[in-house]
Amino acid sequence: MNAQAPALQDPRFNRPEPFTARDGGFFQRDRSIHPPAHAPGYKSSVLRSPRQALLSLENSVSEITGPVFGHNDLGPLDNDLIRNYAKDGDPVGERIIVHGRVLDETGRGVPNTLVEFWQANAGGRYRHKKDTYLAPIDPNFGGCGRALSDDAGYYYFRTVKPGPYPWRNYVNSWRPAHIHFSVFGSGFAQRLITQMYFEGDPLIPICPILTTIPDKDALDRLVAPLDLNASTPFDSLAYRFDIVLRGARSTYFENRTEGN
Amino acid sequence: MPQPLNYLKETASQTAGPYVHIGLIPAMAGFDIFEKNFSNVLVTPGTKGERITLEGKVLDGSGTPLRDVLLEIWQADAAGRYNHPADRSTGRADEDFRGWGRAGSDFESGLVTFETIKPGAITDKAGRRCAPHVNVWIVARGINIGLNTRFYFSDEEAANAADPVLNLIEQPVRRATLIAKRGERAGKVVYSFTINLQGPQETVFFDV
Ligand SMILES: [Fe+3]
Repeated sequence: MNAQAPALQDPRFNRPEPFTARDGGFFQRDRSIHPPAHAPGYKSSVLRSPRQALLSLENSVSEITGPVFGHNDLGPLDNDLIRNYAKDGDPVGERIIVHGRVLDETGRGVPNTLVEFWQANAGGRYRHKKDTYLAPIDPNFGGCGRALSDDAGYYYFRTVKPGPYPWRNYVNSWRPAHIHFSVFGSGFAQRLITQMYFEGDPLIPICPILTTIPDKDALDRLVAPLDLNASTPFDSLAYRFDIVLRGARSTYFENRTEGN
Repeated sequence: MPQPLNYLKETASQTAGPYVHIGLIPAMAGFDIFEKNFSNVLVTPGTKGERITLEGKVLDGSGTPLRDVLLEIWQADAAGRYNHPADRSTGRADEDFRGWGRAGSDFESGLVTFETIKPGAITDKAGRRCAPHVNVWIVARGINIGLNTRFYFSDEEAANAADPVLNLIEQPVRRATLIAKRGERAGKVVYSFTINLQGPQETVFFDV
């Protein structure tokens, strides 16, 4: 599987200031790398997918703005899933660090953006009143956390590696081990929910949800490689997961719309 | 060969799944973990503007309410300003109003509720007046990429008729899918909506 593409070196894309000309809106979303709404192999999508064409909306102030979050919104243990629900010890499982950058399509880091994540425990069971899988709940594991990216878009958290779990799609469907991610960016049109997978998992190529993604490279970019350099000896392995949000168009010249 | 255009590609979307509450609204999953939680209440005592309840359901192609859906809304303050630096309108946004909230549907009824204020009209960069509206983002099991739509208000007929986005919708009958209906209950203003994911009443969704 491909490692994630490195950040761009083009100096145009590494200006320290955020664009002041965000009024240009975001780059048009390339829908060919996203799963289609209607993906019959993932049965839940059949009745939940719009059938009319989406109406293309030139970005206005409603789309280029979005909620602003700060450290005041977070607690000190929010990015430590090993400790944030611990009652009488650490959760069971492989200790891991997940880290990476939130970038936009120009390669710039997206600073101060809220990243939220949730997952099953090491046995593949969610702490959720609707999850009835027979694997046990871990009394010391909640399974969720959040972080704010730093000035360079960097984020990290500590957790245990989630287990695979069965689900009702085909009679014998299993999800590969994964962590769910929610990311904001600076404008509401960048809002994204996705899932991170782990390098080498044999369930990846047969997962009916993962294979809704039509583009092989886009699928590979959801697979986090083992990052031995970022691991902590005798403590935690590490996985690297960069997330790319839509880039913002700059307006180099002020053009007046004729006739308006 | 020309020089390469080395843009990165956006990360692919994946469904939020049935257990989205764990990460985004843990109290709904059945446990308490964060000191500070996000919610469906956008107003604080100091927020300016008319208090409203937005409530409704998201229906699948069979007309059944989704009972595991999550909605987020993003809106301007009572004066039509977004609490974000990219809003270039003059004056400052209401500092007691972030303008964003999230809600999970009730696990039995599918009802989704927000407590917020009615936003003001917005002036776009071309100087056009845009009718008051709330931006909506929908995720759930079975939804592979978040759906964007808007709520407009039934008592803003003149503003709605002149709104540049509503007027992009070719079929007038489809514009009605975006209008939340004003009503009252126990002295409170309630706007109700229905989002149809499919069918003859399919809601207009945007590629923003
Ligand atoms: Fe999951």
